[in-house]
Amino acid sequence: MAIRIRVNGSEHDVTAAADTPLLSVLRNDLSLNGPKFGCGLGQCGSCTVHVDGVPRRSCVTALSDVVGKEVVTLEGLGTPERPHPLQQAFIDEQAAQCGYCINGMIMRAAAILARTPRPTREEITTAMSGNLCRCGTHLRILRAIERAAQRTAPAPTGREG
Amino acid sequence: MSAAKMTVSRREFLADAGILAVGFTFIPRLARAESLGEPAGALLAPSADQLDSWLVIARDESITVYAGKVELGTGVSTALRQIVAEELDVAMSRIAWVQGDSTLTVDQGRTVGSGSVKRGGAQLRRAAAEARQALLEMASAKLGAPVDRLVVRDGVIAVESDTSRRVSFGELIDGGRFERTISGRAPTKPVSAYKVVGQSVPRAELPAKMTGTHVYVHDVRLPNMLHGRVVRPPRVGATLVSLDERSISGIRGARVVRKGTFVGVVADREEDAVNAAKALVAKWNADPVLPEASRLYEHFRAQATTTRQVAQTGDVDAALRQAARVVRATYRWPFQMHASIGPSCAVADVREGKATVWSATQGAHQLCAPIAALLGLPVENVRVIFTEGSGCYGHNGADDVAADAALLSQVVGRPVRVQWSRADEHGWEPEGPAMLFEMAGAVGADGTIAAWTYDAWTPTHGSRPTRDPATLIAGRLAGVGSPPGPFAGGGGGDRNARTNYRLPNERVTSHPVASFPIRTSSLRGLGSPQNSFANECFIDELAVVAGVGPVEFRRRHLTDPRAIAVLDAAARRANWQPRSSSPSRRSGGTDDTLAGRGVAYVQYDRTEAYVAAVVDVEVRPDTGVVRVRRVCVAHDCGLIINPDGVRNQIEGNVVQAISRTLKEAVRFDSARITSLDWSTYPILRFSEIPDAIDIELIDRPDEPSLGAGEAATSPIPPAIANAIFDATGVRVRDVPFTPERVRAALRR
Repeated sequence: MAIRIRVNGSEHDVTAAADTPLLSVLRNDLSLNGPKFGCGLGQCGSCTVHVDGVPRRSCVTALSDVVGKEVVTLEGLGTPERPHPLQQAFIDEQAAQCGYCINGMIMRAAAILARTPRPTREEITTAMSGNLCRCGTHLRILRAIERAAQRTAPAPTGREG
Repeated sequence: MSAAKMTVSRREFLADAGILAVGFTFIPRLARAESLGEPAGALLAPSADQLDSWLVIARDESITVYAGKVELGTGVSTALRQIVAEELDVAMSRIAWVQGDSTLTVDQGRTVGSGSVKRGGAQLRRAAAEARQALLEMASAKLGAPVDRLVVRDGVIAVESDTSRRVSFGELIDGGRFERTISGRAPTKPVSAYKVVGQSVPRAELPAKMTGTHVYVHDVRLPNMLHGRVVRPPRVGATLVSLDERSISGIRGARVVRKGTFVGVVADREEDAVNAAKALVAKWNADPVLPEASRLYEHFRAQATTTRQVAQTGDVDAALRQAARVVRATYRWPFQMHASIGPSCAVADVREGKATVWSATQGAHQLCAPIAALLGLPVENVRVIFTEGSGCYGHNGADDVAADAALLSQVVGRPVRVQWSRADEHGWEPEGPAMLFEMAGAVGADGTIAAWTYDAWTPTHGSRPTRDPATLIAGRLAGVGSPPGPFAGGGGGDRNARTNYRLPNERVTSHPVASFPIRTSSLRGLGSPQNSFANECFIDELAVVAGVGPVEFRRRHLTDPRAIAVLDAAARRANWQPRSSSPSRRSGGTDDTLAGRGVAYVQYDRTEAYVAAVVDVEVRPDTGVVRVRRVCVAHDCGLIINPDGVRNQIEGNVVQAISRTLKEAVRFDSARITSLDWSTYPILRFSEIPDAIDIELIDRPDEPSLGAGEAATSPIPPAIANAIFDATGVRVRDVPFTPERVRAALRR
């Protein structure tokens, strides 16, 4: 029986078991290769997507869990031609080596910035610490997140106050 | 062999590649190579001495380069493109890149050992220079002007005195080919004329990686493809007693494949293959074959029955006898993993006696022979197409998973994609070898090292696939190839065993551990990080005896000006204050921490890049937690092709080396590896990275380029250990420096 899910603003009918990992559906049924399989255990973060704006490990999220919710993947943020400000900041900082973990880094960071537009470095490192990178690109990733925050956050003019 | 004999036609390749459900970005570009129109034939790599093997210029002015060296995430494909663009005088954006295809690209040797820019780049530079020379000669004839009166600008050749007389590369080639042997005599540009080389050109593939459109091997899907998983023995050396195929009968479309001890499952859907691999009931038999972890190093000694004299100068024994004080130290390094974030993956299509394998291998050409032997096919019927994977850092599971996919595909007669589970990756990748070191030395009355002995025990650092299919896990388990026995292999453990210090009485001896039940192989730097750990810690210990500061003491034993230059640059960068070698035991930023700094210097592989590092640490004596706060690196890799690319590599080496030094050790019991996920094999997290990595690049435009992919790892472990000594007065000699170990060392 088909299960209807909403991904990157479009409805999709997927024929898969209800307990199928969302990651498997995104990659194999919808050809969305941004999210990556890293561990299948929710330990590394490379499969991160947003479900109703909240970062979730899609390798341990069941297909049935996202019915009626809005799923956004890396592809939903931007394209090579029109990258999201975070994606552009990652390009500007050359914040990758192999890039396998980068999906999770950008998706996690996007969720941080949505909640905290001008995070401190400590807030960023704390929030990012569940995401693993083996190439050692951490400092560039931090710089990219800070660059994106500076670019997108409203200047602290104090007008509201 | 001329390019005309070049095997599969590039037209045929297009037909193959076109069936990929996920489009390869290079396919449209490759279409331009059609003009070559080679006849179809055996799948053999193009010849390196033919210019046409390296690059193709199409009528539309596009240029396609066929490189044997591949992108492993280090940015090398961008650096190599810079070299070609520079020598050819074309914009980089016009260069399409085909890499690591056993049928389409020249065999430049494996992409290993930081050799891609140094050796691979030199080959590409020669090819591009030859092409430029050939085009100038063609233009000279066409424009009626001597070559030395012509100028080249972005693929257009013009008469210098009248640039309206011009002709483009594409017009000159006119859909044909060069048909020219690479003479090696074509003039290359002087470094002073470089415009592209030496620039921090952004990496070509990063926009695609940041947006999810870059095609990794994990993203390759073929029509009618099945998903496969392997079911490995649960214990080292186990044999399969029985298999209950009914245990997966409830899983839709799942099927078991067995060949000897090789077991795999396939299914139409990936999650079904995963579930089948978990559900399959199998009985295995095995006696425990691994030594107790606590007796590992004694086991090494017992297994090492031969020695190799790496170096011997002067009379070490006499010098030790005459010494007022002999210093001895034992250092230990554990097994470590490549620990790629993406588990190994490959796709294979084995049908009608031909095999095509998409693999993240470091050696597409080298993988053909063992795959062919595994499948019982002639090697010319096997084609391996490199497709980028997760960063590998050496010999990880990329080759093995390709064999898994090939074997499964051959049995089921359909394309099969295999991705290892996290436990497969952690438990079955070739581990980086553990090592044991015993050092002895003495300082003479003149304050220099009078005697130095080094003895190291190590299993092999090199067990890459040979032609023997038993060098791949699938072949070994399936019983194809040489009979099973302990994994053996070549050396690699001697890398940087001998230092570059001037030592009048020196003896460097290695004790190869003939075999070990767990397969070990090349992990970034091979023996260099381990050897440098022992050597650079020991010279620090001797500096204390000499009563000389660690920077000054090293300087006394160096003669190479480039070595001294990196050491001085790192010290200057870190604002190193001359001090005695005794520990400073400074208070850290807070009351409960101690701060210290350490230095180390290594010339990678004794002839490659020069690196010095100064590391600042904070140690909490109550918890034993060590935090690296700041790292200053000075790095000389000759002529720099892409400064930001080199920096990215240095930063990566530093962070990975901190992780290896502070956290990483493969756990095992008498039967198996027990580090099977990220909680049992922790690596460095964002909360633990240094505040800053401060890098000084020393560019040497007049020196050949040296690799930058590994060198900066080696000085980091000893610099951390030396910094801990500076902070606490205690030598830690067993990696990793976990809180428990450091706390225990401080209490001794």
